[in-house]
Amino acid sequence: MTLLPGLLDTEAIRKDFPILDRQVHDGQKLVYLDNAATSQKPRQVLDALNEYYERYNANVHRGVHVLAEEATALYEGARDKVASFINAPSRDEVIFTKNASESLNLVANMLGWADEPYRVDHETEIVITEMEHHSNIVPWQLLSQRTGAKLKWFGLTDDGRLDLSNIDEIITEKTKIVSFVLVSNILGTVNPVEAIVRRAQEVGALVCIDASQAAPHMPLDVQSLQADFVAFTGHKMCGPTGIGVLWGRQELLEDLPPFLGGGEMIETVSMHSSTYAPAPHKFEAGTPPIAQAVGLGAAIDYLQSIGMDKILAHEHALTEYAVKKLGEVPDLRIIGPTTAEDRGAAISFTLGDIHPHDVGQVLDEQGIAVRVGHHCARPVCLRYGIPATTRASFYLYSTPAEIDALVDGLEHVRNFFG
Amino acid sequence: MYQEVILDHYKNPHGRGLRDGDAEVHHVNPTCGDEITLRVKYDGTKIEDVSYEGQGCSISQASASVLNELLVGKDLADAQKIQETFLELMQSKGRIEPDDAMEEVLEDAVAFAGVSKYPARVKCALLSWMAWKDATAQALGGADAERKTA
Repeated sequence: MTLLPGLLDTEAIRKDFPILDRQVHDGQKLVYLDNAATSQKPRQVLDALNEYYERYNANVHRGVHVLAEEATALYEGARDKVASFINAPSRDEVIFTKNASESLNLVANMLGWADEPYRVDHETEIVITEMEHHSNIVPWQLLSQRTGAKLKWFGLTDDGRLDLSNIDEIITEKTKIVSFVLVSNILGTVNPVEAIVRRAQEVGALVCIDASQAAPHMPLDVQSLQADFVAFTGHKMCGPTGIGVLWGRQELLEDLPPFLGGGEMIETVSMHSSTYAPAPHKFEAGTPPIAQAVGLGAAIDYLQSIGMDKILAHEHALTEYAVKKLGEVPDLRIIGPTTAEDRGAAISFTLGDIHPHDVGQVLDEQGIAVRVGHHCARPVCLRYGIPATTRASFYLYSTPAEIDALVDGLEHVRNFFG
Repeated sequence: MYQEVILDHYKNPHGRGLRDGDAEVHHVNPTCGDEITLRVKYDGTKIEDVSYEGQGCSISQASASVLNELLVGKDLADAQKIQETFLELMQSKGRIEPDDAMEEVLEDAVAFAGVSKYPARVKCALLSWMAWKDATAQALGGADAERKTA
């Protein structure tokens, strides 16, 4: 057994995740290395979901009966947990959405419909990067097409980092919003937030950070990031699907207009016009994902019981081990940083001329689950001249033995197609 | 899924490379980025050539090679029957066990029966066949149109 400094007690942790005991393809032990796509869920989260439906289910913020009050307390309690998890100055800055995509679309639409000084229009510019997930590209393309605002982006260096050499030309006085990913889902790169935020603040642009691949894996402090918006999703951090978060600075949430209209988000409604509830409810039209929020709260309790700094150290040790072991596989090319420095635990690679779908399929036959394709970041594949990659991504329950299994599996793939 | 026949075609493809044709199409499979450019050449209703260039997984590339081997030299009606039989097999979700009659029609293409169990990969196997159908419609439709104007 490989022992690395900083590893968590995975033997104990894995007992909390029933699915990790599964066997696939007639007795192959499951090696789940697709955590950047979605994480598995611990029993504590599954129990919280069950308990919610078995004991407390009711609609929230309405009704005076016991169940309605208890369900509301649980839902709003989950908001408190999220606020504390990301060190938000106020719980009212935490908006529940259905996923990070919705969170990012919400920001784009707030700005598209906003009055001055926030309004994005044909005289202004939007800045993103070439390493964004499609969910942080397409909403801005839509906003750009609808308003006439110019969409600009940072390119990438050959070793998978943001090219900030022309930052002063990319972010200018015309820039209204800079939206970028904290940790790339395809390259694994951890981006230098401070340099970008500093330049954005110089020109008075807002900053939106996609933290989907950061929130599950490291301590996240929205105050030290100094961003204006931070988006992430629940299902990648041990929570259920169908729940995401948008954190926004309170004064912005007060000033910016709602996007979706409906129940829950109003103060008074007449047939002519309506007034809106204060944030965060202004941005939560309709019955929210209540059980999912409760499940996310349980996931946060679970992660905090282990400690985000310890999870970060565990994954860093695994990543260091993995880049070294993968680097020894002939014909394997890591797409992204080749060391563990400023790097998350998602590692994309190509294996000679073997198509990633073939790599993924032959690994699957050995019980090893990886992601193949362009990972919703097609511009990255274009940038590096490849059709797709194979991606292995780790989490708090991943082990060095699973990395060994991956490396052995890749050897088998090479022999198979060699 | 990866039958020896499939791997053979993948490693040693038949008829690969673009040659003269009556029509050309470009098809992509966006889920995995497989691409094929395919040309057909007809001599009356006989298939004189199917030439292609592409990139993608072993299933998509081997399938194009098998298509070339099976269809070149066939009459259109026979080729259409092969295409329809292959489509039926690939859409069977693994429920069709090819019998002798099917094997006689499909020859090497029966090796793809196992692929039909993997929904994500069926599109890979069908990519070149759909491209051929499209190119054929264009080539013969174009010829019809020419005859009408002549």
